[in-house]
Amino acid sequence: MRTVLAASAAAALALATAACAPTSSSSSGTASAADCGSVSSLSLFKSGQLTVATDSPAYEPWFAGNDPANGQGFESAVAYAVAAQLGFSKAQVKWVIEPFDSSYAPGKKDFDFDINEISITSQRAKAVDFSTGYYTADQGVLVLDKSQYANATSLSALKGARIGVQVATTSYQAVLDQIKPSQQPSVYNTTDDEINALQDGQVDAIVTDMPTVFYLASSELSGGKILGQFSYNGGSAPEQFGLLLQKGSKLTACVDKALGALESDGKLAQITTQWLSASADVPELKQ
Amino acid sequence: MASPETAWGGAPQDYRPSPRQLERERYRRSRRIRNRWIAALCTLAFVVLVCAAAVLSPGWARVRGTFLSWPEFTRTFPATLGGFWLNVQMFLVAEALILVLGLAVALVRTTRSPGLLPLRLAATGYVDVFRGTPTLLIIFVVGFGLPALQLQGTPSQPWVLGVIALVLSYAAYVGEVFRAGLNSVHPSQRNAARALGLSETQALRHVVLPQAVRNVVPPLLNDFVSLQKDTALVATIGPLEALRHAQISADYDFNYTPYLGAAVLFIAVTIPLARYTDRLQRRAMSKQWAAAG
Repeated sequence: MRTVLAASAAAALALATAACAPTSSSSSGTASAADCGSVSSLSLFKSGQLTVATDSPAYEPWFAGNDPANGQGFESAVAYAVAAQLGFSKAQVKWVIEPFDSSYAPGKKDFDFDINEISITSQRAKAVDFSTGYYTADQGVLVLDKSQYANATSLSALKGARIGVQVATTSYQAVLDQIKPSQQPSVYNTTDDEINALQDGQVDAIVTDMPTVFYLASSELSGGKILGQFSYNGGSAPEQFGLLLQKGSKLTACVDKALGALESDGKLAQITTQWLSASADVPELKQ
Repeated sequence: MASPETAWGGAPQDYRPSPRQLERERYRRSRRIRNRWIAALCTLAFVVLVCAAAVLSPGWARVRGTFLSWPEFTRTFPATLGGFWLNVQMFLVAEALILVLGLAVALVRTTRSPGLLPLRLAATGYVDVFRGTPTLLIIFVVGFGLPALQLQGTPSQPWVLGVIALVLSYAAYVGEVFRAGLNSVHPSQRNAARALGLSETQALRHVVLPQAVRNVVPPLLNDFVSLQKDTALVATIGPLEALRHAQISADYDFNYTPYLGAAVLFIAVTIPLARYTDRLQRRAMSKQWAAAG
């Protein structure tokens, strides 16, 4: 009996080892300019289609109606513009859901690129590839009209405020570095939770990127007021949103090229003005 | 128990093992040593195999970098540790309140007096609803709903609201654990206590409850380990506890190592708690045996 047990254990172990045998991994490298010429020459997650990921729910103004595939909303429009630049038709773009927390997991990705308001930082770039930035994000401050902070004109005036931010955003670090609040910021899972906390008086202000602040102030919150904006540069350059790709992806260079073309022919600027409110008339908050 | 030598009736010094017996003992000893070696080698081989499979896999460098990065660990651990103090506070406050509320619910549910039917119904309804509702929903309702009512005297600190939600959720579980304990005490115990002249309350206090509680210490601990981890759910309504700190660091740096720091902290509390309960149990058991013997 014991030998049978031992033998079966050994067999199970061998099976497990076989199952865990390493899969051959494609070597990484950068694409030469010629590789981006046609869809067939691109290295894709699924050949013949561009698999684009974003989180669900997909929030306005980045997407519209929680449907990334409708081409409405800033990021949906950017994704389709990049796809067109790479030679894909609209029908060849397939959307998949990728939660933010798993988008940077090591290993093979189930998408070609992820577009989800992801800020580029050098630390993050150790785990994934980023495209060049497609949007420069400033941080916006949202308060209630009746708040005691409704007339604040500087960041230092917000020192004593209870501030809410969304988790997984760079806003948390921006608040710590720029406002240096005397109380720990409260961190929420979603912007909806932030709005709830603001309306319930659990926080005095919420800080998030400007386009989201515009959307929240106009659609989700009544009696809200955009206090102002401030830029946060987590290290050196101003914070930018980039497309997230698998580390060492061969597609990164092609996506960069596509974004570069969109930038230089003014298409990107046009998409930006079409979907995102101009933040020029929002006061700049200084120390 | 008597030793085998004296069981044969002869004095121990008279005992001379036969050569056959010596041979048998030698054989048994050699088998024991051999088995020990086999066990040790197999365990070692298994560990080596598993580690080698992980380390030699082509993605190991990436996995180690994203899950086991030492610089990331040391950089983010202080913040996680600072957040963990909030977990500990919430856990301690909630645990005390849960024990009281849970026991009260159990006692109400085990009453038989017809006049207490409304109370019994309320307790049963409470347990049914709160045990069946996801804790996260209760935290949302208490954390966002209660302050939205804008009643006087509603606590505004999110962690207090979180503790209220945890108490509501866990007292329903713990109430059922206590009820099982109360039901596990044989009715004859109560009858005997009553026959000795103890009042109903005295019988409950001095005879039934001590036995009931002793019987349910392990499942109670189970619930408290679970509670300790669920304090992390309170993060959804704002406060920064250990897991949220870890999540912030992980999402900021695109590295999962900070979660490891949080896990280390939770385990560091859970394991001593489990050993302590084991000890309590052993002591209670030996007392019980001594009393029975």
